[in-house]
Amino acid sequence: MNFTFRNMRISGLLVVVPENESRYDDELDNYNFPVANSRKLKNVIGIDRHRLVSGDTCASDLALFGLRHLIDRGDLLPDEIDGLILVTETPDYFMPPTSNVIQGKLGLAENVWCMDINQGCAGFAVGLIQGFMMLQQEAINRVVLVNADTLTRTCSPRDRNAFPLLGDAASIAILEPSPTPQTIHANLQMDGTQHEKIMIPAGGFRLPRTPATANVELASDGNYRGQDHYHMDGIAVLNFVQHQIPPLIEALLSAAKTLKEDVDWFMFHQPNRFMLEKLADKLGVPRDKLPNDIVEHYGNASSVTVPTAIAHTLGTGLTENTYTMCLCGFGVGLTCSSLLLTMGPLQFCELIDFPSSQVDN
Amino acid sequence: MTELTQRIHSILAELRPEVDYSESTDYLADGLLDSTDIVSLVAALDARYGISIDGTEILPEHFTNAETIAGLLGKYGVNP
Repeated sequence: MNFTFRNMRISGLLVVVPENESRYDDELDNYNFPVANSRKLKNVIGIDRHRLVSGDTCASDLALFGLRHLIDRGDLLPDEIDGLILVTETPDYFMPPTSNVIQGKLGLAENVWCMDINQGCAGFAVGLIQGFMMLQQEAINRVVLVNADTLTRTCSPRDRNAFPLLGDAASIAILEPSPTPQTIHANLQMDGTQHEKIMIPAGGFRLPRTPATANVELASDGNYRGQDHYHMDGIAVLNFVQHQIPPLIEALLSAAKTLKEDVDWFMFHQPNRFMLEKLADKLGVPRDKLPNDIVEHYGNASSVTVPTAIAHTLGTGLTENTYTMCLCGFGVGLTCSSLLLTMGPLQFCELIDFPSSQVDN
Repeated sequence: MTELTQRIHSILAELRPEVDYSESTDYLADGLLDSTDIVSLVAALDARYGISIDGTEILPEHFTNAETIAGLLGKYGVNP
């Protein structure tokens, strides 16, 4: 499905990462593999360190910390928020929506449209599409898009295929009308026939959590995990991405009548360096225009990786410059989505630490 | 066993020295190669032969054993 949005923009971007950092080298003894083998993987995939929440820290804690940071600094006025979208796979509760929890704790007005979206690694693109659709309503002038996940809490720490790659984080993007004309192109594809390729099998109503689902066992891939844990079929997902993303991007650029050479940055979801290098080669895009180092610095925090790649790579440079950006996410669902837009100069573009002691009960 | 399959065994032995690949005809079914091993193997093969194996070719069936891996390499002009 293709989308077009006119005269809208991202006006600010903030990323929040836990200050708590764990290093892969210190985790090697947790895994059921020879240390030498795990060390080789470090260099190939690009694993080094990742940011993890402590204790019971939830997605809303990271989000609230970032939102208060912006409000305290005067970069976000609560009275000017008309819509609040939270994209997360790790909500505080099954019910109520976590976006309502955030609205209540911030004391936002009762006519703010709050919406949770259950999406993963494509969630920044999906959230932007939903936010821009909201902005098409005359009553809505400013949408706050929050992406937040604490996936490391769902993952077996003895699963080398997942745990060292994952991280926790939140991002806040401000969406509003653009003072200068611009057209944003987007597209979206979903393949629910592959919904089991990335999933947490237990914990919903299909398979409620029990002592049996919590039992950690040796899986056929040599890792220890239970049905309560995050699981990904790595080869199936890699193949899905390599097959689906190049034509998705080609279709996006074709619809926008834009050449690859005219795109300044390809800011893609960050599963690992290996997959992104393969993707850049397949797309015929120079590897240095498609950043791939977020997993090794922060870990893969699901839908937050695209904003993290932007803030980490460009930082305050995006408060001064304008870039043509191709954004792309792919993952759980399986879902893939991309956008082509102009970004910058932003009001703010930064990455801040979330203190380990900060929990908003 | 061809010279190429012997070299593939050597590369596998470097990746997983604790595993004996010579007795297996299906590395995946026998639990000798998982998804991260395949990624490491592709990176090693790319570096060894100066090629870039297309991401869409990273399918389990291409990594069943040394012969299927040799078949994949053949697509990139690596001779047996």
